Amino acid sequence: MKNRVNRLKYFTDGILKENPILVIMIGLCPTLATSTTAKDALGMGIAASFVLIASNIVISLIRKFVPNSVRIPIFIIVISTFVTIVDYVMQAYAPALYRVLGVFVPLIVVNCIILGRAEAFAYHHGVFDSFLDGLGKSLGFTLVIVCMGIIREYLSTAKIFGFNIGPKFLSTNPVLFMLFPPGGFLLIGILKALVNKFINKTPE
Amino acid sequence: MSISNPGLIFLSAFIVNNILLMRYIGLCPFFGVSTSLTTAFGMSAAVLFVMLLATWVTWIIHRFILLPLDIVFLRTATFILVIAALVQFVEMFLKKNFKTLYTAMGIYLPLITTNCAILGVTLLVINYNFDLARAIIFALGTALGFGLVIILFSAIRERLEFAPIVRSLKGYPIAFISASLVALAFLGFIGFLGLSL
Repeated sequence: MKNRVNRLKYFTDGILKENPILVIMIGLCPTLATSTTAKDALGMGIAASFVLIASNIVISLIRKFVPNSVRIPIFIIVISTFVTIVDYVMQAYAPALYRVLGVFVPLIVVNCIILGRAEAFAYHHGVFDSFLDGLGKSLGFTLVIVCMGIIREYLSTAKIFGFNIGPKFLSTNPVLFMLFPPGGFLLIGILKALVNKFINKTPE
Repeated sequence: MSISNPGLIFLSAFIVNNILLMRYIGLCPFFGVSTSLTTAFGMSAAVLFVMLLATWVTWIIHRFILLPLDIVFLRTATFILVIAALVQFVEMFLKKNFKTLYTAMGIYLPLITTNCAILGVTLLVINYNFDLARAIIFALGTALGFGLVIILFSAIRERLEFAPIVRSLKGYPIAFISASLVALAFLGFIGFLGLSL
C-alpha cells in the first residue's frame, strides 16, 4: 500500500517535473497545430485529457487479463474507442471546433502521451493511481497547450479567448507570424529553453 | 482542398502543404531521428514505403468494407490496427526476403506505427474524397516532402552539434528555433500556382 505523499506525487509529477510536452517532449503535433487560439487549444486539451484519463482507468482495470504479448494492440483498441467517442460527441455538440481541429481529433489515437502512459504506468498500477497519473499528465498537457494558445492568439490578434484586451498598436499591427507554423516552432523553442534554464537545470 | 489536377495534388502535398512544416503532423520522428544524415535517410525510406502501402490498403478497406457495411465510425480503430499489422508484416517480409533493405530501414519500422504522419495521410485522403490514383499521388508527395524536410534538417542539426550555443538552448530548443526558420522559408510557397494553405 502506498502512502499519501507517494500518491500525490503521481499527480503533481505530470504537471511540472515530468510535463509531457516541455520536459519529455512528446505529443508535439497537436500542441503546435491546435494552439493558434486559446479556445481551440482548450478544446484539444479537454479532448485529449478525456481520452488519457479514461484509457488509463480502463487499462488498469483490465491489466490482469491482458496477456503481455498482445498488450499493445489491446491498448490501441481501448484508446481508439475513446477517440471515436470524442470524435462523434464533438461533431454533434461542437461542430465549429471540430472543423478547426479537423484531422487532429482522430489523430489523438497516435498521441504518444496516451500510449506511453498506458504502457509505462496504467499497465502496472491500480485504478486510483492510474486515474491520478492520467489527471496529472493531462493537466500538464492542457496547461502548456492553453498557455501557447493564449500567447499566440494575443500576439496575432490582440485578443484572448476572443476578448479584445490588447493595446491599440497590437491590434493594428498584429504579429501575424505567430499564427503560422514558424511562430509555433519559435514559441515552443523559447518555452523549452526557459524550462531548461529555470526548472530542469541539467538538460540532456 | 478542391483541386483535382494530379500534378497540383503532388506539388501541394510535397511543398506547399508540407506535412511536417505546414501541417504539423509527424513531428515526433522529425525531432527524434533528424540528428544525423544516415538515420534521416533510413527513416524517410521507411516512411515512403509504409505510407504508400498503408494509403493503398486503407483506401480499399474504407471504400469496399466500411462504406458498404455503413460502419464508418470504426474508421479510426480500423486504420490504426491495419497500419500496425501492416508494419509488422512488412518487417517480417523484409527480414526474410530483402536482407539489405531490412538492415537499412529495419529499426525504423516499429517506430512507424505510432508515427502520426501515416495515420494522418490515410485519414486526409478519405476527408478529401480522393480516388485511388489521386490518393497514391497524395501519399507519394507527402512522403517525399517528409523525406526532403527531414534530410535537409538533419544536415542543419549536424552543423548545430558543433556550434557554440548558450547552454539552455542546446538540444531541442535550438532545433525548434531552426525548424521555425526552415518553416518560414516554406511559408513563402503559400499561393504558389494558386495553392493555398
